[in-house]
Amino acid sequence: MNRMTLDLWVGVFVAIGLAALLFLALKVGNLASTNTGETYVLKANFDNIGGLKVRAPVKSAGVVVGRVGDIRLDAERYEAVVTMNIGSQFRFPRDTFAKIRTSGLLGEQYIGLAVGGDEQVFKPGDSVKKTESAMVLEDLVGQFLFDKAAEGKEKSDVNK
Amino acid sequence: MLDRATSALRGLGHRVTSRIWRLGFASRFFLATLLYSGPSFRRFFLTVREIYFTGVLSLIIILVSGLFVGMVLGLQGYDTLQRYGSSEALGILVALSLVRELGPVVSALLFASRAGSAITAEIGLMKATEQLSAMEMMAVNPIARVVAPRFWAGVISMPLLAALFSAMGIFGGYLVGVQLIGVDEGSFWSQMQASVDFREDIVNGVIKSAVFGIIVSWIAVFEGYDSEPTAEGVSGATTRTVVTSSLAILAADFILTAFMFRGA
Repeated sequence: MNRMTLDLWVGVFVAIGLAALLFLALKVGNLASTNTGETYVLKANFDNIGGLKVRAPVKSAGVVVGRVGDIRLDAERYEAVVTMNIGSQFRFPRDTFAKIRTSGLLGEQYIGLAVGGDEQVFKPGDSVKKTESAMVLEDLVGQFLFDKAAEGKEKSDVNK
Repeated sequence: MLDRATSALRGLGHRVTSRIWRLGFASRFFLATLLYSGPSFRRFFLTVREIYFTGVLSLIIILVSGLFVGMVLGLQGYDTLQRYGSSEALGILVALSLVRELGPVVSALLFASRAGSAITAEIGLMKATEQLSAMEMMAVNPIARVVAPRFWAGVISMPLLAALFSAMGIFGGYLVGVQLIGVDEGSFWSQMQASVDFREDIVNGVIKSAVFGIIVSWIAVFEGYDSEPTAEGVSGATTRTVVTSSLAILAADFILTAFMFRGA
């Protein structure tokens, strides 16, 4: 086999190998969407973050506007401090509500930002004051059972 | 009685020390390969020629098996996922299992049996027919001229082959899942993109395949260089290459996975 055809075949091999890597990075992975460019930091305190994880999405009106950068426990107030990296093209009013939501019944948890009507917007590093904790399924079921039990007791009292 | 016990112990000791000695020899051989790899980059045609034999000629087996592995994943994954009403997650299942595990591991196993055995047999026969000694006589270092280009060709080819395997497998999963069974195409791709992370999954998969490439090529060239210069010796060395590198790939995969995906 002469040198020209050998070079050609190896060139073809390397090119399609790199093309496969590019396909994995762009079409299969999320390289295109994670590179949102400049971000700024917002903080929020929650009583309970449920199953929220680092790198979980931050969404406003269902659109991803940033990602969770860090989760720590405030040792004095026993609250979770969540640091969010928000794309710098997005500005949010100061009375924005941060809620921990679940996508679907069993899906991953994310932070939903419900926008208020304040004239002023958050500056980088500000804390979101109004927050709503994660919905814990066990608590809800417990409350439901408790309510049902109370209802049943009322009914039996009426029947007497 | 005592004599028999000591001879049994001596046999055990001999086996252990000879294994350790061989491991040490293999490590020094590895260092020598790295030390003398200058010519395989300065005269890059030597390496290109070996990339043709190890990489290009392995393309067919890698592409076809990738396609079939992906199609089987599509069928099996759909069968399980649709019981939980989440057949749209098929894309995630196919992509993650291929990119993280099956792509690097299965392509490395195929690479070991397709290319590793060929490298061992070639170097072993060169040794048996005293071509290596002839090179030394002509003041040509056989490690620089024969071993290092084959080693680097394997190291370069392996990540590319693993990426092709994964890409082909995802295409196979797409064929079965979307075209044949009828999972929604949009959610197949978008759920896959939402949960496959570039650094966490794809880069780690590439690192794995590069490590496997080093392991397989190292074992292949060493077994060839160390083989007995007889027909039987070469055949034994070829078998040892496939067995040892398969076991080494699986063990290294466990160690790498334990470090990479500890479920943060």
